[in-house]
Amino acid sequence: MGDQILTTVDWARAQFALTAMYHWIFVPLTLGLSFLIAFFESIYVKTGNEEWKKLTKFWMTIFGINFAIGVATGIIMEFEFGTNWSNYSWMVGDIFGAPLAIEGIFAFFIEATFFAVMFFGWQRASKGFHLFSTWMVAVGSNLSAVWILVANGWMQYPAGMAFNPDKARFEMQNFWEVALSPVAVHKFTHTTSSAFLLASLFVVGVSALFLLQKRHQKMAKRSMVVAAVFGFIASIFVAFTGDEAAFNVAHRQPMKLAAMEGLFVGQEKAPIIAMGIINPNKKAGDNLPAFYQETKIPGLLSLLAYRDFNSFVPGVNDLVFGNTERNIIGAEQRMVTGKIAVAELTRYKLAKKSGDETAAASALAIFNQHKGDLGYGYLISPTQAVPPVAATFYSFHIMVVLGTMFPLIFLLVLYFAFKGTIENQRWLNLICLFSIFLGYVAQQAGWVVAEVGRQPWAIQGLLPVNVANTNIATSNVQITFFIFLAIFTALLLAEIRIILKQIKTGPEA
Amino acid sequence: MIGNLDYATLQQLWWLITSVVGSLFLFLTFVQGGQTLIFTTATTEEEKSLIINTMGRKWELTFTTLVLFGGALFAAFPLFYATSFGGAYWVWMLILFTFIIQAVSYEYRKKPDNFLGARTYEVFMFINGSVGILLIGAAVGTFFTGSRFSLNMFNSVTWGTSYHGLEAALNLFNLSFGLFLVFLARTLGAMYIVNHVDHEALVKRARKATWINLVLALPFLLIILISLVTMDGFAVDPTTGTIFMEKGKYLHNLLGMPAVVVLLLGGLVSVIYGVIATGFLGKNCGIWFGGLGTVLVGLAIFSLAGYNNTAFYPSMTDLQSSLTIYNASSSKYTLTVMSYVAIAVPFVLAYVAYVWKVMDSKKLTLAELAGEDANEMY
Repeated sequence: MGDQILTTVDWARAQFALTAMYHWIFVPLTLGLSFLIAFFESIYVKTGNEEWKKLTKFWMTIFGINFAIGVATGIIMEFEFGTNWSNYSWMVGDIFGAPLAIEGIFAFFIEATFFAVMFFGWQRASKGFHLFSTWMVAVGSNLSAVWILVANGWMQYPAGMAFNPDKARFEMQNFWEVALSPVAVHKFTHTTSSAFLLASLFVVGVSALFLLQKRHQKMAKRSMVVAAVFGFIASIFVAFTGDEAAFNVAHRQPMKLAAMEGLFVGQEKAPIIAMGIINPNKKAGDNLPAFYQETKIPGLLSLLAYRDFNSFVPGVNDLVFGNTERNIIGAEQRMVTGKIAVAELTRYKLAKKSGDETAAASALAIFNQHKGDLGYGYLISPTQAVPPVAATFYSFHIMVVLGTMFPLIFLLVLYFAFKGTIENQRWLNLICLFSIFLGYVAQQAGWVVAEVGRQPWAIQGLLPVNVANTNIATSNVQITFFIFLAIFTALLLAEIRIILKQIKTGPEA
Repeated sequence: MIGNLDYATLQQLWWLITSVVGSLFLFLTFVQGGQTLIFTTATTEEEKSLIINTMGRKWELTFTTLVLFGGALFAAFPLFYATSFGGAYWVWMLILFTFIIQAVSYEYRKKPDNFLGARTYEVFMFINGSVGILLIGAAVGTFFTGSRFSLNMFNSVTWGTSYHGLEAALNLFNLSFGLFLVFLARTLGAMYIVNHVDHEALVKRARKATWINLVLALPFLLIILISLVTMDGFAVDPTTGTIFMEKGKYLHNLLGMPAVVVLLLGGLVSVIYGVIATGFLGKNCGIWFGGLGTVLVGLAIFSLAGYNNTAFYPSMTDLQSSLTIYNASSSKYTLTVMSYVAIAVPFVLAYVAYVWKVMDSKKLTLAELAGEDANEMY
């Protein structure tokens, strides 16, 4: 039974990861490109120059192709909360459902309504209303991201709620604590700004291809300048919000931070690993070295995490086994109190069912003393609280290295564009073209850090994934996983071919 | 004012709001209905493109309304979301697949190098409009016929069959519900074509399609209505919350809620008038009567299922696991917060209506499809 549940969970996680990763191929381009198109069209309306209109319509066509598949993969995620994570849906639906409903009312309808005007309204709406609609699509798309990221932020840092033992679920106590939690705010700002960055890389990269091919050079240079300015500003914002996000991780999800840096033994003046090769055999509590090779920058992790070079940063071992010297309660100890909470909750429910109010009151009192560690009561071993360290470490470092490189690319583009020689910089245009791929790698890596790094929790510290999933035979999820894989891959191939064809045809189509 | 509403009122209010969204979705399935008409009502590629471009300007609205319907159910009745989606896994997955393939079909169909070919994307649209709507109807049918599930003391669902919801489509009532919705969507789709397309031959055939599809829908409507007034239903004792079977429960609901009878009859009359106006009187405004009628019928159906002490998602295998709007809902705090948010709904409806008016002010012609914006067309 235990094996079967684990297997179902594994497939459910794989299916959700597959959906989320495909979804995030398309969404960041939508979020960023929508604003770039709004900039392009604003210039057209301001100048009346038909070339800007042609340019706007070219990027709009790319936007439309990408948008459709983003919508398709988006609805799957909403459904999958119910189909694959039904216990989760019940246990946190009181909190999680509200942001989704608000997203639908405030954001999706703006997007869906004005999308039609943006694409088909050139001859039907006035110039001003068309521009307004284009801006509304950009605003609506990005508002859509607010609420789903609020929900995700809440899963990383559950705030503004309490557990209701009668209903066996978490219930919202303070909407503003949920909506404005620091994790939610930084999750939104970091994610959307990174999406602006990716879309800018895309526009710069495609424009660079035109320059390399000596086609549509005027349009390419115009697109490049606007996108490089937008991308440079976005990339600075990404760095700033990334620093804030890491600060939040240090305080709310210390295990994730330890995995991000491969830090097994906590220390003062904790270093950042500038480069390193993780030892894949390393486990919590053993004496193996964490790295085969590493280059450290001493004290920098302490500074980033606690704004102090000398501060102590807990490692995986401290968080699993505890550290009395530093007053850190480990997962091992939390499991003991968590199992008491789980047992007393069951006793409470049974006592209520049989009408034994005395026993129910006693069970509830004990449960309330231990409920803070409820989620740990479902773990089988304390090392289960450790996320996959190698995946988290490498993803984090790939994201940071690429994120550092992108603003330099934008600066170079702007330098040569204003110098008037960008079309002669073949090396730079090749880098720009390849950076489209690197942008997507950075996006995916970011989400791997966020989601793999918080395992085994569906809700941090409260609900592990093996309790959150649906009670269903593994074969069902296996089949749908492969159906999704086939559909997504076919649609991705279709999208890539269609976009390549549109790029090949160019704006003169 | 909202903050002073009691819990039961909020639960009833949210069933109403969810019902309104669900009913609007049923109206907007004219998009799906239109998608199924491309192989019957259109006879040339140009006519097919006219239908697809007509529906293509509204598909996102339908899609978004479905997403909002799902989101509202999740937010207001999370136990239903967890139980039905997690238990009736295959029904929801199949519905989902039909909407995934729809979402890309409009954009990709006419684009060069689209990998699967235009015909494949047209078949995708047809599947969405037929299988997708049929399964949604079958799923709604289980609000009356029940499903095989049980909930443990932590409200974790166990489904009673390995078909995980597909068994619903084998029940005559559920199947009739699904087929009724399919033909109703086709009727509405044909009415919208008449309203929005400027093409004499196509519009003539669409007028005919309105009444043909209504006639095809009628036998299934009769099965639904006769079943509803004769079947036993899942009742709730309001004082204890105990679920029990009641003979003629839905007939009692009709008699106990005269407003629902008005909604049901008014809705049906409105749909029929819309069809007569479009099919026989040469009018173009039938879609509005058809749409209003569909919303009213939808509201009546959801009211019958959820109000008057009725279990809206009954369990056939464990009666006490059945879901009511009281035991499946979110907390009072969450419902209150969301009620404040729902104040924005009329504003949303207003700008949707305005944009609809702007976009539908001129009829769609073949000239527009081939004009300056041909590259944007579906």
